[in-house]
Amino acid sequence: MTKSVTDVVCPFCGTLCDDLEVTVTDDGKQILDVYNACAIGAEKFLHSQAKDRITRPRLQQPDGTWKEISYDEAADYTAKMLAGAKKPLMYGWSSVNCEAQSVGNEIAEMCRACVDNTAAVCHGTTLIAVQDIGLPTCTLGEVKNRADTIIFWGCNPCHAHPRHMSRYSIFPRGFFTGKGHKSRKLVVVDPRVTDTAKMADIHLQVTQGQDYELLNAFRVAIRGEWLPDVVAGIPKEKIIEATNVMKAGRFGIIFFGMGVTQSLGKNHNIDEAIAVTKDLNEYTKFSIMPMRGHYNVTGSGEVLAWQFGYPYSVDLTRGFPRYNPGDTSSIDLLNRGEIDAAFVIGSDPGAHFPISAVKKISQVNSVCVDPHITPTSGVSKLHVPVAFNGVETGGNAYRMDNVPIDCRKVVDAPEGMLTDEQFLVMVRDRVKKLKGVA
Amino acid sequence: MKNSPALYLETENICPDEFAGKTAAQIAELHVYEGNTKSTLGKYFEISGDAGATAGETKIVVKGDVTKVKYIGMKMSAGEIVIDGSTDLYAGAWMTGGKMTVRGNIQAFAATGMKGGELIIEGNAGNYLGAAYRGDWRGMSGGKILVKGNAGSDVGMYMAGGEMVINGDVDVHLMTHAEGGKIIVKGNAPSKVAGQMVEGEVIIFGTIDVMMPGFKYVDDVDLEIEGVTAKFAHYIGDTGERHKKRKGQMVYGNLYQKI
Amino acid sequence: MAEYIIKNGFVFDPVQGIKGEKSDVAIKDGKIVKDVSKSAKVIDAAGKTVMAGAVEIHAHIAGPKVNLGRIYRPEDKLFTCTPTKGIERTGSGNSIPSTFKTGYEYAKMGYTTCMEAAMPPMFSRHVHEEIRDTPIIDEGAFPVFGNNWFVMEYLKNNEVENTAAYIAWLLRATKGYAVKVVNPGGTEAWGWGLNCLSINDPVPYFDITPAEIVKGLIEANEYLGLPHSMHIHPNNLGNPGCYQTTLDTLNLAEGYKAKNKFGREQVMHITHMQFHSYGGENWGNFESKATEIMNYVNSHKNLTMDTGNVTLDETTTMTADGPFEHHLTGLNHLKWANCDVELETAAGVVPYIYSPDIKVCAIQWSIGLELALLAKDPMRCFITTDHPNAGPFTRYPRVFKWLMSKKARDERLNTFKNADKVIAASTLGSIDREITLYELAQMTRAGPAKSLGLANICGGLKPGMDADVAVYDFNPDKPLADPEMIETAFSRAAYVFKSGVQVVTHGDIVSIGNKRTLWVDVKVNDNPQVMRDIKEKFLKYYSMTQANYESLGHHFVPNPFALEVDATQV
Repeated sequence: MTKSVTDVVCPFCGTLCDDLEVTVTDDGKQILDVYNACAIGAEKFLHSQAKDRITRPRLQQPDGTWKEISYDEAADYTAKMLAGAKKPLMYGWSSVNCEAQSVGNEIAEMCRACVDNTAAVCHGTTLIAVQDIGLPTCTLGEVKNRADTIIFWGCNPCHAHPRHMSRYSIFPRGFFTGKGHKSRKLVVVDPRVTDTAKMADIHLQVTQGQDYELLNAFRVAIRGEWLPDVVAGIPKEKIIEATNVMKAGRFGIIFFGMGVTQSLGKNHNIDEAIAVTKDLNEYTKFSIMPMRGHYNVTGSGEVLAWQFGYPYSVDLTRGFPRYNPGDTSSIDLLNRGEIDAAFVIGSDPGAHFPISAVKKISQVNSVCVDPHITPTSGVSKLHVPVAFNGVETGGNAYRMDNVPIDCRKVVDAPEGMLTDEQFLVMVRDRVKKLKGVA
Repeated sequence: MKNSPALYLETENICPDEFAGKTAAQIAELHVYEGNTKSTLGKYFEISGDAGATAGETKIVVKGDVTKVKYIGMKMSAGEIVIDGSTDLYAGAWMTGGKMTVRGNIQAFAATGMKGGELIIEGNAGNYLGAAYRGDWRGMSGGKILVKGNAGSDVGMYMAGGEMVINGDVDVHLMTHAEGGKIIVKGNAPSKVAGQMVEGEVIIFGTIDVMMPGFKYVDDVDLEIEGVTAKFAHYIGDTGERHKKRKGQMVYGNLYQKI
Repeated sequence: MAEYIIKNGFVFDPVQGIKGEKSDVAIKDGKIVKDVSKSAKVIDAAGKTVMAGAVEIHAHIAGPKVNLGRIYRPEDKLFTCTPTKGIERTGSGNSIPSTFKTGYEYAKMGYTTCMEAAMPPMFSRHVHEEIRDTPIIDEGAFPVFGNNWFVMEYLKNNEVENTAAYIAWLLRATKGYAVKVVNPGGTEAWGWGLNCLSINDPVPYFDITPAEIVKGLIEANEYLGLPHSMHIHPNNLGNPGCYQTTLDTLNLAEGYKAKNKFGREQVMHITHMQFHSYGGENWGNFESKATEIMNYVNSHKNLTMDTGNVTLDETTTMTADGPFEHHLTGLNHLKWANCDVELETAAGVVPYIYSPDIKVCAIQWSIGLELALLAKDPMRCFITTDHPNAGPFTRYPRVFKWLMSKKARDERLNTFKNADKVIAASTLGSIDREITLYELAQMTRAGPAKSLGLANICGGLKPGMDADVAVYDFNPDKPLADPEMIETAFSRAAYVFKSGVQVVTHGDIVSIGNKRTLWVDVKVNDNPQVMRDIKEKFLKYYSMTQANYESLGHHFVPNPFALEVDATQV
C-alpha cells in the first residue's frame, strides 16, 4: 500500500514550492511518485532513491582510492582539521536546513573560521547593493494578488525557476488580478532570446555588460531628462516606452538574476535597479526581488545575520565577526591562498568556482559533506554523505522573498545515514573537547 | 620582514599611532594575527630604531616582502610610513592624517573611509581605493591620494570630499554615488564613470569607451590641472539621480573629458 | 533547585508597596518565596538597589525586518563587535544587535522579559527562530492585525465574534501574545502606495476606516479577555501636527472597560507616544504637544502608554508603518528597505541620525522626557525607546538618568545648538519633577507587567512570582553625587536572576538560564464560518499552504509558556 504526504516543500530552488504531494510506500522507506513539482523538483525527490548511493563517509587514500570509514572517524577528522587550522573556510550551507546552519555557525565561532555561503557566487552582489541603497520588496503573494507589471531582468525563470510564473508572477488569478496573465504586462531584459523573453510584451535585448547604463537611462527617462539616441543597444524610444509601461501600472515588480548580479558591474547593476524601483515609487507602487538559487541560501543569510550580523562572507578569525567581500569572500580567500583548511557542505564549489579556487581546495586539507559524488567531493580528502534535506529530514528554510517554510521529512534515509545536523553536532562536540570548552 | 607568514598577516599595529612612545623592543611585542593565531611583530619583522614620542614624530619604514601583509597604516592620524615595496589590502584604511608612501603596488580597500592625510602609491592601486566601507553612505571625506600607476574598479565610491590623482588608467565604476570630492585620471576610464553621482568632480584626460546616459554635455571649458591648461568637454549629471538646490539652482556633478 | 537570599538591599516593589525599605528577597525553585533554608546562597545587597527584573513592553528585536536591518547595515557593526568570551557568544551591532548580544545586553541591565513589538504572522517561524536564539530573557511577540484582510472584512460587517475567532486561531498558529495594530488601514493602503493619515480615511477597496478597525479590535480583544489589551501605533506617525490624530485615536477607547482574568485594567496601550505628540504645521514651527496628550492620558484610566524616548544617537528606524518609512527616506535620502506582506502587513527600515545639532531632533528628545514627567500614574506610563527607532535599548540607563536628574537633563537641554528654540518648543525646561526609584520600578517593572497581563508572574517581588530579580550598585540612601552614577549603575547590574537562576554577576553573564517563549492560547467555540474563510483564503490568495503556515514545530519554540484563556463562555 502507499501513503500520500501533502504540503511537501521542494528543497531545490528559491521558489520553495510547498504544495507538492509525494506518494511513498507504507513503510516510509521509498518514494514512488511526486506531484505538482517541476521536472527539477521531481527529480530532486526521485533521484534520492538511487540504489547506488554512497551511504558512509570515505577518506581519500594516498594512492587516490577511497576507503570507507565510520561517521565517528569522519567527525574526528573534521573536528581535528577545523580546530587545528589557522584560517579554515566553512563554505556552502545553501542546501542545508537552518538548524544545521546554526550548528555550523557554532563550530565556526569556536574554530575562528571564515563562514560563507553560495551568495558569494550568486546574489552576494545583490546583498552588497542592498547594503548600499536598500531594498523595496514584498512577498510573492503580493505579486500574485496585486502585480500587473512584471519585469524579468537578467533571469530566465522558464528554466531556472520553472513554477515561478505559474505560482506567483504571471499566471495566477489573485485577489486583485482576477484575469490572471491577461491582466499583466511582461517586460524582459536579456541579451538572449530566451523562452522567458519569448513570452514578453516588450523584450529589450540589452548589449551585454551594459545593464548599468540601461538602468541609468531608465532613471533619466523617468525624470524626463535628455537621453542619447541609443543606450546599451536600445533606442531611446523603446526605453521611454518601457518606463511608461512601468509608470502606468498599478503594482510593478522587477525580478532579477545572474544576468545582472554576475555580469560587469555586479552589485552596481542591482544598486541602480533598486534605484529605479525607488524612483518609480513616486509614481506608482513598485518592488524588486532577487531570484535566489539554492533552496536555502536565503536561510543561510538570515541565520548568519541574526547570529553574527552579516549575511555571508563572515570572518570570525579575530573572535568576532568581520565582513568585506573581496577580502572575506570564499573565492578571494581561496585564490589568494589565505586559507589552510576547507569544509564544504550543501553546495558544489568544485563545479561553480573558478578552477584556480578549486585547485586550492584540493591542495589544502578538505572535507566535503554532500549526499552526491561531486566535483567538490572529488578534490576533497574526506567525503561525508548525509541525508537529503527536505526529503529525508525536515528543517526550516527561507524562500526567495524571505518567507520561512518548514520542510517535511518524506522518507527515511538509507540505513545508518546521518543528517547534516547530526553530523555537525558530532563535530561540534569534538571541537568543544579539543578547544577545552565546557 | 624576516619571516614570511604561511598565510597572510594582519598588522594594523604597524602605524605611527601604535608605535608612538615605544622602543624597538616594545614595538616587537605588539600583536599581529596570522589567520586566527595571535603572534608578535617581532616574530615576523626585524625592528630597529625607536618611535617618536608622538605619532606625528614617528616615521616607519617597512622593508622586505610585505605582499601578504594587510592593514599597514590603518587608522593613522599623523606621522609617516614608507613601504619599500608592494603591500596587500587595506593600506592606510580609515586614515585621518599623516603621510603614507608605497613604493610598489597595493591591493584592494586602500584608504577606505579616509578622512585626511596623504597617500602616495608609486605603483598600481587595487579596487575600492578611497571607497566607503560596505553599507556606509559616508565615504572618503578628506585627504589626498596620488597613484602613479593604474587603479582598479570602484575607486572613490560614495566619496564626499578630498582629492585623488591617478596618473594611469582606472577600471569601471569610478566615483559611483559620489556626494563630493574630486578625482583626476590622467589615463583612460572604460565605462560607468560617476554613475549615480549627486555632487563632485571628475576629470578624465584619456578615453571613456561608454559614457553614462545620465551625463549631459553642456559646453567646452578650459581647465588648469596641475599647471597644465587644456580644453575639456564639460558634462553634468547624473541626471537620473536626485540633486540638491543651492540658491535656487540645481547642483549637479561635473565630469570633464579632455578634448 | 537552588536557594538564594538577597540580603539587606533597598527594595523597590510597587506590587507590595515596598518603597526602598531594607528588606531581604528569598528565591527557591525559580520563585520568590517568604523564606529559605540556612543553606541558601547569600547575595550581599547591602547599599544596593533591589527591584524585580525589568519588563520591556515594546522593542523590535526578533524577526524579518530586524534582520533586514542587520543585513543591510554592515556599518552598524564596524569596529564595535565583542569577541566570544566564556559562555558569551560573539556580539555585534549597535542599533540592531545580533540575537546573542540582544539577550546579553538586556540581561546585563536587569531586563528579564521582553516583547517583540510586531510579528508579521506569515513570518512567525522567523520570529521564533530569533527568539529561540536570544539567550536568557523570556520573550513573546505581538502579531499584527490592523491591516489584516480577514479582520478588515469581518469588522466591515461588524462581526466581532468572527474577528475574535480569527484572532484566537492566529495567536495559536503563530504562538503570538497580543493584538498589535500598526497604522491601522494605512499599511494596507500602502500595498498600493497610499496611506491613511487620519482615523476616518477609508482603506482602498476594503472601505473600512481606521476608527472602525480600532474599535472592532478593542471589542474583539475584550470579548476574548486576553492578557494584554489592543496595542496600537496610531496613524499619522511622525508628522508635525499628528497629535490631533493621536487624540482622535485615544478617544476611540472611550467607554470601553477591560474584561479579563489577568488583572489588566486598560483597553488600549499606545506605544512610542513621543512620535505621536507633535504640534506645529511643518518642521519650521514643529513643537511639543506632550501636555495635551498627557492631559488626556492622565484623565482616562483605561489607557496605558510607553514613551519612545529619543536618545540622540545614530540609529535605525524600523516599523510596520511602511508608508512612513517611505516618507522618511524622502526626507533624509538614506537607504530604504521595505517589505509588503500578503494579506497582512508591511515593514520599512531607514537609518536615522538624531543629531543634537538639529532643532527637530532636540525637540523630539524633549517630548519623550516630557511625556514621562507629566504622567500622573507611573503604573500607566512606561519607558521605552521603541528600540531601535528612537534609540538603542542599551540607552535605557541614560534615559533613566535624564528622568531622575533635572540637573542632567537641563545640562543636555541648555547645550543644544539651538537651545532657545528647543526650550521654547516644549515645557521640559520648566519641569522640576525627578522620577523616583519607586516610580522607576512602576514604569519599568510593575506597570508594564500589569499592562501585559503578567502581574501575577513578573514585575514584582511578591512571594509566588517568578524569581526575576535585579540588584544594582546604586545606593538610594546616599545623596546623589553625580547623575552619571544612575547611568553607570543601571547599565551593568551587580546581580540578575531569571526564574531563580543567577544569570549576571557584576555585569558579566554567568549563565544563559532557560528562556521561555510566552504566548496566549485562547479557547473559543467552534466557528465553521471563520475556518472556511481561512481555508478559502489559503487556497486562493496566500502563496503558501495553510498546513505549512500553521506549522510551528517544537524546534521553533523549545520552551513555550502559554497563558491560557477560556473564551467559550462569553
